[in-house]
Amino acid sequence: MGKIVAVTGNEAVAEALRQINPDVCAAYPITPQTDMMQRFSSFVSDGKVDTELILVESEHSAMSACIGASAGGGRVATATSGPGLALMWEMLYVASGMRLPIVMPVVNRSLSAPLNIHGDHSDAMGARDSGWIQLWSENAQEAYDNTIQAFRIGEHMEIRLPVMVCLDGFIISHSIERMEYLDDNVVKAFVGEYKSLNPLLDIENPKSYGPLILPDLYMEYKRAQHEVMTKVKDVVLNVADDFEKLSKRKYGLFETYRLDDADIAIVILNSAAGTAKDVIDQFRAKGIKAGLLKPRLFRPFPYEEVADAIKNVKALCVMDRADSFGAYGPLFIELCGVALHLQERPLMINKIYGLGGRDFMPEHAELVLNELVEISKTGKVKTFKEYIGVRE
Amino acid sequence: MKIPGWKELTPGAVILQAGNATEFKTGSWRSFKPKWKEENCIQCLFCWIYCPDMSVKVKDGKRGEFDYDFCKGCGICALECPGKKGNKAIVMEEEDK
Repeated sequence: MGKIVAVTGNEAVAEALRQINPDVCAAYPITPQTDMMQRFSSFVSDGKVDTELILVESEHSAMSACIGASAGGGRVATATSGPGLALMWEMLYVASGMRLPIVMPVVNRSLSAPLNIHGDHSDAMGARDSGWIQLWSENAQEAYDNTIQAFRIGEHMEIRLPVMVCLDGFIISHSIERMEYLDDNVVKAFVGEYKSLNPLLDIENPKSYGPLILPDLYMEYKRAQHEVMTKVKDVVLNVADDFEKLSKRKYGLFETYRLDDADIAIVILNSAAGTAKDVIDQFRAKGIKAGLLKPRLFRPFPYEEVADAIKNVKALCVMDRADSFGAYGPLFIELCGVALHLQERPLMINKIYGLGGRDFMPEHAELVLNELVEISKTGKVKTFKEYIGVRE
Repeated sequence: MKIPGWKELTPGAVILQAGNATEFKTGSWRSFKPKWKEENCIQCLFCWIYCPDMSVKVKDGKRGEFDYDFCKGCGICALECPGKKGNKAIVMEEEDK
Protein backbone atom coordinates (compact mmCIF):
# COMPACT_ATOMS: atom_id res chain seq x y z
CA MET A 1 0.00 0.00 0.00
CA GLY A 2 0.89 3.66 -0.26
CA LYS A 3 3.11 5.89 1.78
CA ILE A 4 2.15 8.46 4.43
CA VAL A 5 3.93 11.77 3.82
CA ALA A 6 3.94 15.37 5.02
CA VAL A 7 3.88 17.55 1.90
CA THR A 8 2.46 20.75 0.42
CA GLY A 9 -0.39 20.73 -2.10
CA ASN A 10 1.98 21.71 -4.90
CA GLU A 11 4.37 18.91 -3.97
CA ALA A 12 1.52 16.40 -3.90
CA VAL A 13 0.23 17.34 -7.35
CA ALA A 14 3.76 17.39 -8.80
CA GLU A 15 4.19 13.86 -7.38
CA ALA A 16 0.94 12.75 -9.08
CA LEU A 17 2.26 14.14 -12.38
CA ARG A 18 5.57 12.29 -11.86
CA GLN A 19 3.72 9.03 -11.31
CA ILE A 20 1.54 9.59 -14.39
CA ASN A 21 4.55 10.60 -16.53
CA PRO A 22 2.77 12.59 -19.30
CA ASP A 23 4.26 12.63 -22.81
CA VAL A 24 4.35 16.42 -23.02
CA CYS A 25 4.13 19.25 -20.53
CA ALA A 26 4.28 22.95 -21.47
CA ALA A 27 4.08 25.35 -18.56
CA TYR A 28 4.90 28.90 -17.53
CA PRO A 29 5.67 29.90 -13.94
CA ILE A 30 3.13 31.95 -12.00
CA THR A 31 2.63 32.26 -8.25
CA PRO A 32 1.33 30.17 -6.47
CA GLN A 33 1.68 27.42 -9.12
CA THR A 34 5.41 28.04 -9.81
CA ASP A 35 6.65 25.68 -7.13
CA MET A 36 4.55 22.80 -8.55
CA MET A 37 6.00 22.92 -12.06
CA GLN A 38 9.46 23.73 -10.69
CA ARG A 39 9.32 20.41 -8.83
CA PHE A 40 8.05 18.69 -11.95
CA SER A 41 10.85 20.18 -14.08
CA SER A 42 13.32 18.72 -11.55
CA PHE A 43 11.77 15.31 -12.19
CA VAL A 44 12.39 15.90 -15.90
CA SER A 45 16.03 16.97 -15.46
CA ASP A 46 16.70 14.13 -12.98
CA GLY A 47 15.34 11.59 -15.45
CA LYS A 48 12.48 10.56 -13.14
CA VAL A 49 10.01 11.05 -16.02
CA ASP A 50 10.47 11.02 -19.77
CA THR A 51 8.12 13.92 -20.36
CA GLU A 52 9.03 16.43 -23.07
CA LEU A 53 9.02 19.68 -21.09
CA ILE A 54 8.43 22.69 -23.34
CA LEU A 55 9.57 26.07 -22.03
CA VAL A 56 7.30 28.77 -23.39
CA GLU A 57 7.09 32.56 -23.18
CA SER A 58 3.56 32.85 -21.75
CA GLU A 59 0.50 30.92 -20.62
CA HIS A 60 -1.15 31.57 -23.98
CA SER A 61 1.81 29.75 -25.54
CA ALA A 62 1.78 27.05 -22.85
CA MET A 63 -1.81 26.13 -23.64
CA SER A 64 -1.16 26.42 -27.39
CA ALA A 65 1.76 23.99 -27.12
CA CYS A 66 -0.38 21.63 -25.04
CA ILE A 67 -3.12 21.75 -27.68
CA GLY A 68 -0.61 20.91 -30.43
CA ALA A 69 0.88 18.05 -28.43
CA SER A 70 -2.52 16.66 -27.51
CA ALA A 71 -3.79 16.85 -31.10
CA GLY A 72 -0.53 15.16 -32.09
CA GLY A 73 -1.56 12.20 -29.96
CA GLY A 74 0.20 12.60 -26.61
CA ARG A 75 -0.88 12.58 -22.97
CA VAL A 76 -0.49 16.22 -21.94
CA ALA A 77 -0.51 18.22 -18.70
CA THR A 78 0.18 21.79 -17.62
CA ALA A 79 -0.67 23.94 -14.59
CA THR A 80 -1.41 27.59 -13.90
CA SER A 81 -2.88 30.18 -11.53
CA GLY A 82 -5.01 33.37 -11.62
CA PRO A 83 -3.76 35.76 -14.30
CA GLY A 84 -2.01 32.86 -16.05
CA LEU A 85 -5.35 31.16 -16.52
CA ALA A 86 -6.77 34.47 -17.73
CA LEU A 87 -4.04 34.76 -20.36
CA MET A 88 -4.89 31.23 -21.57
CA TRP A 89 -8.49 32.31 -22.20
CA GLU A 90 -8.61 32.03 -25.98
CA MET A 91 -6.83 28.68 -26.00
CA LEU A 92 -9.01 27.14 -23.25
CA TYR A 93 -11.94 27.18 -25.66
CA VAL A 94 -9.76 25.76 -28.44
CA ALA A 95 -8.69 22.84 -26.21
CA SER A 96 -12.27 21.93 -25.27
CA GLY A 97 -13.69 22.67 -28.74
CA MET A 98 -11.13 20.26 -30.27
CA ARG A 99 -11.99 17.76 -27.52
CA LEU A 100 -8.41 17.39 -26.26
CA PRO A 101 -8.05 15.70 -22.84
CA ILE A 102 -5.39 17.99 -21.37
CA VAL A 103 -5.15 17.92 -17.54
CA MET A 104 -4.41 21.22 -15.81
CA PRO A 105 -4.10 21.77 -12.06
CA VAL A 106 -5.27 25.33 -11.31
CA VAL A 107 -3.83 26.73 -8.10
CA ASN A 108 -6.61 29.22 -7.43
CA ARG A 109 -5.48 32.84 -7.20
CA SER A 110 -7.18 36.24 -7.39
CA LEU A 111 -7.19 38.45 -10.46
CA SER A 112 -5.70 41.96 -10.70
CA ALA A 113 -6.22 44.89 -10.10
CA PRO A 114 -5.23 45.57 -7.42
CA LEU A 115 -2.40 43.07 -7.79
CA ASN A 116 -2.77 40.14 -5.41
CA ILE A 117 -1.24 36.68 -5.51
CA HIS A 118 -3.34 34.85 -2.89
CA GLY A 119 -6.07 32.23 -2.77
CA ASP A 120 -9.33 33.22 -4.49
CA HIS A 121 -11.65 31.41 -6.91
CA SER A 122 -12.07 34.23 -9.43
CA ASP A 123 -9.72 32.56 -11.92
CA ALA A 124 -11.46 29.19 -12.29
CA MET A 125 -14.95 30.69 -11.88
CA GLY A 126 -14.23 32.94 -14.84
CA ALA A 127 -13.29 29.85 -16.87
CA ARG A 128 -16.41 27.91 -15.91
CA ASP A 129 -18.00 28.36 -19.36
CA SER A 130 -14.90 27.36 -21.33
CA GLY A 131 -16.01 23.75 -21.83
CA TRP A 132 -13.46 22.29 -19.39
CA ILE A 133 -14.44 19.77 -16.74
CA GLN A 134 -13.70 21.23 -13.27
CA LEU A 135 -12.84 19.20 -10.18
CA TRP A 136 -12.35 21.11 -6.91
CA SER A 137 -10.18 19.93 -4.01
CA GLU A 138 -10.33 20.73 -0.29
CA ASN A 139 -6.80 19.69 0.62
CA ALA A 140 -3.54 18.23 -0.67
CA GLN A 141 -4.92 14.67 -0.58
CA GLU A 142 -7.94 15.59 -2.68
CA ALA A 143 -5.79 17.60 -5.13
CA TYR A 144 -3.50 14.57 -5.55
CA ASP A 145 -6.40 12.13 -5.89
CA ASN A 146 -8.32 14.42 -8.27
CA THR A 147 -5.26 14.88 -10.50
CA ILE A 148 -4.92 11.11 -10.90
CA GLN A 149 -8.63 10.66 -11.57
CA ALA A 150 -8.71 13.64 -13.98
CA PHE A 151 -6.65 11.73 -16.56
CA ARG A 152 -9.09 8.81 -16.54
CA ILE A 153 -12.12 11.15 -16.78
CA GLY A 154 -10.84 13.44 -19.53
CA GLU A 155 -9.30 10.60 -21.60
CA HIS A 156 -12.43 8.41 -21.47
CA MET A 157 -13.28 7.62 -25.10
CA GLU A 158 -16.84 8.95 -24.76
CA ILE A 159 -15.64 12.17 -23.10
CA ARG A 160 -12.31 13.43 -24.52
CA LEU A 161 -12.42 16.78 -22.72
CA PRO A 162 -9.81 18.84 -20.86
CA VAL A 163 -9.96 18.86 -17.05
CA MET A 164 -9.02 21.53 -14.49
CA VAL A 165 -8.12 20.37 -10.98
CA CYS A 166 -8.63 23.31 -8.62
CA LEU A 167 -6.85 23.76 -5.28
CA ASP A 168 -6.56 26.89 -3.14
CA GLY A 169 -3.46 29.03 -3.65
CA PHE A 170 -1.10 29.15 -0.65
CA ILE A 171 -3.69 27.78 1.80
CA ILE A 172 -3.29 24.35 0.17
CA SER A 173 -0.50 24.81 -2.38
CA HIS A 174 2.07 25.95 0.21
CA SER A 175 0.87 24.38 3.48
CA ILE A 176 2.28 21.06 4.64
CA GLU A 177 -0.29 18.37 5.40
CA ARG A 178 -0.27 14.70 6.22
CA MET A 179 -1.49 12.66 3.28
CA GLU A 180 -1.06 9.35 1.50
CA TYR A 181 0.77 8.74 -1.79
CA LEU A 182 -0.22 5.69 -3.78
CA ASP A 183 2.50 3.42 -5.11
CA ASP A 184 3.90 4.30 -8.54
CA ASN A 185 2.77 1.03 -10.13
CA VAL A 186 -0.73 1.44 -8.70
CA VAL A 187 -1.09 4.92 -10.24
CA LYS A 188 0.38 3.74 -13.54
CA ALA A 189 -2.03 0.82 -13.72
CA PHE A 190 -4.96 3.08 -12.75
CA VAL A 191 -4.40 5.69 -15.48
CA GLY A 192 -3.29 3.03 -17.99
CA GLU A 193 -1.63 3.46 -21.39
CA TYR A 194 -2.69 6.62 -23.17
CA LYS A 195 -5.09 5.98 -26.04
CA SER A 196 -5.17 8.71 -28.66
CA LEU A 197 -8.15 9.66 -30.80
CA ASN A 198 -7.50 10.93 -34.34
CA PRO A 199 -3.83 11.82 -33.67
CA LEU A 200 -2.16 14.18 -36.16
CA LEU A 201 1.05 12.13 -35.98
CA ASP A 202 -0.74 9.14 -37.53
CA ILE A 203 0.69 10.19 -40.89
CA GLU A 204 -0.88 7.24 -42.73
CA ASN A 205 -4.25 8.92 -42.08
CA PRO A 206 -3.82 12.64 -42.64
CA LYS A 207 -6.45 14.89 -41.07
CA SER A 208 -7.13 18.53 -40.19
CA TYR A 209 -7.70 20.10 -36.77
CA GLY A 210 -9.26 23.52 -36.29
CA PRO A 211 -11.22 24.20 -39.48
CA LEU A 212 -13.32 27.30 -40.08
CA ILE A 213 -16.93 26.44 -39.28
CA LEU A 214 -19.48 29.01 -40.47
CA PRO A 215 -23.01 29.73 -39.20
CA ASP A 216 -24.43 26.73 -41.08
CA LEU A 217 -22.63 24.23 -38.78
CA TYR A 218 -21.09 26.01 -35.74
CA MET A 219 -24.17 25.67 -33.56
CA GLU A 220 -24.33 21.90 -34.17
CA TYR A 221 -20.75 21.52 -32.85
CA LYS A 222 -21.63 23.53 -29.73
CA ARG A 223 -24.79 21.45 -29.16
CA ALA A 224 -22.65 18.30 -29.45
CA GLN A 225 -20.20 19.75 -26.88
CA HIS A 226 -23.04 20.19 -24.38
CA GLU A 227 -24.14 16.61 -24.98
CA VAL A 228 -20.68 15.28 -24.08
CA MET A 229 -20.81 17.22 -20.80
CA THR A 230 -24.07 15.43 -19.89
CA LYS A 231 -22.14 12.12 -19.94
CA VAL A 232 -19.38 13.31 -17.60
CA LYS A 233 -21.19 12.68 -14.29
CA ASP A 234 -21.45 8.92 -14.87
CA VAL A 235 -17.79 8.69 -15.86
CA VAL A 236 -16.72 10.70 -12.79
CA LEU A 237 -18.66 8.29 -10.53
CA ASN A 238 -17.29 5.18 -12.25
CA VAL A 239 -13.72 6.45 -12.03
CA ALA A 240 -14.31 7.33 -8.35
CA ASP A 241 -15.52 3.75 -7.69
CA ASP A 242 -12.38 2.32 -9.26
CA PHE A 243 -10.24 4.78 -7.31
CA GLU A 244 -11.90 3.85 -4.03
CA LYS A 245 -10.97 0.19 -4.56
CA LEU A 246 -7.27 0.99 -4.55
CA SER A 247 -7.17 3.99 -2.20
CA LYS A 248 -10.07 3.33 0.23
CA ARG A 249 -10.98 6.98 -0.32
CA LYS A 250 -14.51 7.70 -1.50
CA TYR A 251 -15.32 10.45 -3.99
CA GLY A 252 -18.60 11.56 -5.53
CA LEU A 253 -19.98 14.52 -7.46
CA PHE A 254 -19.90 16.44 -4.18
CA GLU A 255 -19.26 15.75 -0.50
CA THR A 256 -21.98 16.04 2.12
CA TYR A 257 -21.14 16.53 5.78
CA ARG A 258 -23.83 15.88 8.41
CA LEU A 259 -26.37 16.98 5.80
CA ASP A 260 -28.91 14.11 5.88
CA ASP A 261 -31.09 15.51 8.68
CA ALA A 262 -29.84 19.11 8.57
CA ASP A 263 -32.19 22.10 8.96
CA ILE A 264 -29.52 24.62 8.03
CA ALA A 265 -26.57 24.16 5.69
CA ILE A 266 -23.55 25.80 4.11
CA VAL A 267 -22.50 25.22 0.49
CA ILE A 268 -18.79 26.00 0.13
CA LEU A 269 -15.87 25.03 -2.11
CA ASN A 270 -12.33 23.88 -1.40
CA SER A 271 -10.22 24.59 1.70
CA ALA A 272 -12.75 26.73 3.61
CA ALA A 273 -15.02 23.66 3.81
CA GLY A 274 -12.60 22.18 6.37
CA THR A 275 -13.00 25.16 8.70
CA ALA A 276 -16.77 25.16 8.22
CA LYS A 277 -17.01 21.42 9.11
CA ASP A 278 -15.35 22.06 12.51
CA VAL A 279 -17.86 24.80 13.31
CA ILE A 280 -20.72 22.58 12.17
CA ASP A 281 -19.55 20.00 14.73
CA GLN A 282 -19.75 22.70 17.44
CA PHE A 283 -23.32 23.59 16.40
CA ARG A 284 -24.29 19.91 16.33
CA ALA A 285 -22.93 19.59 19.89
CA LYS A 286 -25.31 22.39 20.84
CA GLY A 287 -28.20 20.39 19.30
CA ILE A 288 -28.49 22.54 16.15
CA LYS A 289 -28.93 20.44 13.01
CA ALA A 290 -26.32 22.00 10.74
CA GLY A 291 -24.74 20.43 7.65
CA LEU A 292 -22.51 21.16 4.69
CA LEU A 293 -22.28 20.45 0.98
CA LYS A 294 -18.97 20.81 -0.81
CA PRO A 295 -19.16 20.58 -4.62
CA ARG A 296 -16.40 18.52 -6.26
CA LEU A 297 -17.58 18.42 -9.88
CA PHE A 298 -18.37 22.07 -10.68
CA ARG A 299 -18.50 21.63 -14.47
CA PRO A 300 -20.69 19.97 -15.50
CA PHE A 301 -22.76 20.98 -12.46
CA PRO A 302 -24.86 18.15 -10.95
CA TYR A 303 -28.09 20.14 -10.46
CA GLU A 304 -30.51 17.22 -9.81
CA GLU A 305 -28.18 15.43 -7.42
CA VAL A 306 -27.48 18.56 -5.36
CA ALA A 307 -31.24 19.32 -5.33
CA ASP A 308 -31.88 15.88 -3.87
CA ALA A 309 -29.20 16.39 -1.22
CA ILE A 310 -30.54 19.76 0.02
CA LYS A 311 -34.29 19.14 -0.40
CA ASN A 312 -35.01 18.99 3.35
CA VAL A 313 -32.85 21.97 4.31
CA LYS A 314 -34.83 25.01 5.58
CA ALA A 315 -32.14 27.69 5.27
CA LEU A 316 -29.02 27.57 3.12
CA CYS A 317 -25.99 29.83 2.81
CA VAL A 318 -23.93 29.61 -0.38
CA MET A 319 -20.44 30.95 0.15
CA ASP A 320 -18.41 32.36 -2.72
CA ARG A 321 -14.67 33.03 -2.74
CA ALA A 322 -15.22 34.95 -6.00
CA ASP A 323 -17.50 37.80 -6.89
CA SER A 324 -19.59 38.79 -9.86
CA PHE A 325 -19.83 42.53 -9.42
CA GLY A 326 -23.40 43.68 -9.68
CA ALA A 327 -24.67 40.09 -9.45
CA TYR A 328 -24.73 37.16 -7.02
CA GLY A 329 -21.62 35.04 -6.56
CA PRO A 330 -21.04 32.28 -9.14
CA LEU A 331 -21.67 29.34 -6.77
CA PHE A 332 -24.88 30.99 -5.49
CA ILE A 333 -26.13 31.34 -9.05
CA GLU A 334 -25.61 27.57 -9.53
CA LEU A 335 -27.65 26.89 -6.38
CA CYS A 336 -30.43 29.06 -7.83
CA GLY A 337 -30.33 26.62 -10.77
CA VAL A 338 -30.53 23.75 -8.27
CA ALA A 339 -33.59 25.38 -6.65
CA LEU A 340 -35.43 25.08 -10.00
CA HIS A 341 -35.47 21.31 -9.42
CA LEU A 342 -37.21 21.66 -6.04
CA GLN A 343 -40.94 22.12 -5.42
CA GLU A 344 -40.11 23.63 -2.01
CA ARG A 345 -36.77 25.31 -1.88
CA PRO A 346 -34.75 26.39 1.16
CA LEU A 347 -34.44 30.09 2.01
CA MET A 348 -31.12 31.03 0.45
CA ILE A 349 -28.46 33.65 1.16
CA ASN A 350 -25.12 34.40 -0.49
CA LYS A 351 -21.94 35.40 1.35
CA ILE A 352 -18.79 36.59 -0.37
CA TYR A 353 -15.72 35.69 1.73
CA GLY A 354 -11.96 35.27 1.57
CA LEU A 355 -11.20 37.35 -1.53
CA GLY A 356 -7.51 37.82 -2.29
CA GLY A 357 -6.51 35.29 0.38
CA ARG A 358 -8.40 36.90 3.31
CA ASP A 359 -8.55 34.18 5.97
CA PHE A 360 -11.82 32.32 6.46
CA MET A 361 -12.04 31.98 10.25
CA PRO A 362 -14.28 29.76 12.42
CA GLU A 363 -16.09 32.91 13.63
CA HIS A 364 -17.13 33.64 10.03
CA ALA A 365 -18.77 30.21 9.80
CA GLU A 366 -20.39 30.81 13.22
CA LEU A 367 -21.79 34.14 12.03
CA VAL A 368 -23.30 32.47 8.98
CA LEU A 369 -24.76 29.52 10.91
CA ASN A 370 -26.31 31.85 13.51
CA GLU A 371 -27.92 33.86 10.72
CA LEU A 372 -29.26 30.63 9.20
CA VAL A 373 -30.77 29.64 12.57
CA GLU A 374 -32.49 33.04 12.67
CA ILE A 375 -33.75 32.70 9.07
CA SER A 376 -35.12 29.21 9.69
CA LYS A 377 -37.00 30.50 12.76
CA THR A 378 -38.44 33.67 11.22
CA GLY A 379 -38.75 32.50 7.63
CA LYS A 380 -37.34 35.86 6.54
CA VAL A 381 -34.17 36.76 4.63
CA LYS A 382 -32.86 40.27 5.30
CA THR A 383 -30.14 40.55 2.64
CA PHE A 384 -29.50 38.06 -0.15
CA LYS A 385 -25.88 39.01 -0.83
CA GLU A 386 -23.41 40.22 1.79
CA TYR A 387 -19.66 40.34 2.34
CA ILE A 388 -18.21 38.76 5.45
CA GLY A 389 -14.88 39.46 7.11
CA VAL A 390 -14.67 42.89 5.48
CA ARG A 391 -14.08 46.18 7.34
CA GLU A 392 -16.67 48.96 7.14
CA MET B 1 -24.42 18.16 -50.04
CA LYS B 2 -26.56 17.38 -46.96
CA ILE B 3 -25.60 19.47 -43.92
CA PRO B 4 -25.20 17.11 -40.93
CA GLY B 5 -27.12 17.37 -37.64
CA TRP B 6 -25.34 17.64 -34.26
CA LYS B 7 -25.41 13.89 -33.63
CA GLU B 8 -23.51 13.14 -36.84
CA LEU B 9 -20.37 15.22 -36.27
CA THR B 10 -16.75 14.16 -35.75
CA PRO B 11 -15.59 15.03 -32.21
CA GLY B 12 -13.74 18.34 -32.08
CA ALA B 13 -14.58 19.31 -35.69
CA VAL B 14 -11.63 17.20 -36.90
CA ILE B 15 -11.68 16.61 -40.66
CA LEU B 16 -10.81 12.95 -41.25
CA GLN B 17 -11.02 12.92 -45.06
CA ALA B 18 -7.65 14.09 -46.35
CA GLY B 19 -7.77 16.44 -49.33
CA ASN B 20 -11.53 16.91 -49.22
CA ALA B 21 -11.15 20.58 -50.21
CA THR B 22 -11.68 19.36 -53.81
CA GLU B 23 -15.31 18.75 -52.85
CA PHE B 24 -15.77 22.41 -51.96
CA LYS B 25 -16.19 24.28 -55.25
CA THR B 26 -15.04 27.86 -54.78
CA GLY B 27 -15.57 29.09 -58.36
CA SER B 28 -18.79 30.82 -57.34
CA TRP B 29 -16.74 33.42 -55.40
CA ARG B 30 -15.65 34.96 -58.74
CA SER B 31 -16.83 38.36 -59.93
CA PHE B 32 -14.27 38.57 -62.79
CA LYS B 33 -13.44 35.62 -65.01
CA PRO B 34 -10.12 35.04 -66.83
CA LYS B 35 -10.54 34.27 -70.52
CA TRP B 36 -7.81 32.44 -72.44
CA LYS B 37 -7.09 33.67 -75.96
CA GLU B 38 -5.15 30.79 -77.45
CA GLU B 39 -4.03 32.83 -80.54
CA ASN B 40 -1.95 35.16 -78.27
CA CYS B 41 -0.52 32.38 -76.06
CA ILE B 42 3.23 31.64 -76.30
CA GLN B 43 3.01 28.68 -73.85
CA CYS B 44 5.36 30.31 -71.32
CA LEU B 45 3.25 28.77 -68.49
CA PHE B 46 3.64 31.88 -66.31
CA CYS B 47 -0.11 31.61 -65.60
CA TRP B 48 0.37 28.05 -64.31
CA ILE B 49 3.27 29.13 -62.07
CA TYR B 50 1.54 32.23 -60.68
CA CYS B 51 -1.95 30.77 -60.10
CA PRO B 52 -2.37 30.67 -56.27
CA ASP B 53 -4.86 27.81 -56.72
CA MET B 54 -4.46 24.99 -59.28
CA SER B 55 -6.88 26.44 -61.79
CA VAL B 56 -4.64 26.48 -64.89
CA LYS B 57 -4.70 22.99 -66.35
CA VAL B 58 -1.56 21.77 -68.12
CA LYS B 59 -1.37 18.59 -70.17
CA ASP B 60 1.75 17.25 -71.93
CA GLY B 61 3.58 20.52 -71.20
CA LYS B 62 0.85 22.56 -72.92
CA ARG B 63 -1.53 24.98 -71.31
CA GLY B 64 -5.21 24.02 -71.46
CA GLU B 65 -8.48 25.62 -70.31
CA PHE B 66 -9.06 27.17 -66.86
CA ASP B 67 -10.66 25.05 -64.14
CA TYR B 68 -13.60 27.33 -63.39
CA ASP B 69 -14.77 25.14 -60.45
CA PHE B 70 -11.89 26.56 -58.39
CA CYS B 71 -10.70 29.79 -60.13
CA LYS B 72 -11.70 32.69 -57.86
CA GLY B 73 -10.93 35.33 -60.48
CA CYS B 74 -7.99 36.98 -58.68
CA GLY B 75 -6.52 38.15 -62.01
CA ILE B 76 -2.86 37.38 -61.22
CA CYS B 77 -2.57 35.21 -64.36
CA ALA B 78 -3.87 38.04 -66.57
CA LEU B 79 -1.45 40.52 -64.95
CA GLU B 80 1.59 38.27 -65.41
CA CYS B 81 0.71 37.10 -68.94
CA PRO B 82 3.34 38.53 -71.40
CA GLY B 83 1.10 37.72 -74.41
CA LYS B 84 2.31 38.00 -77.99
CA LYS B 85 3.40 41.31 -79.53
CA GLY B 86 1.62 43.34 -76.87
CA ASN B 87 -1.60 41.33 -77.02
CA LYS B 88 -2.49 39.50 -73.77
CA ALA B 89 -3.43 35.83 -73.95
CA ILE B 90 -5.48 36.18 -70.72
CA VAL B 91 -8.03 38.95 -70.21
CA MET B 92 -10.41 39.48 -67.31
CA GLU B 93 -14.11 39.78 -68.09
CA GLU B 94 -16.94 40.58 -65.73
CA GLU B 95 -19.00 37.51 -64.83
CA ASP B 96 -22.32 37.09 -66.68
CA LYS B 97 -21.25 39.29 -69.60
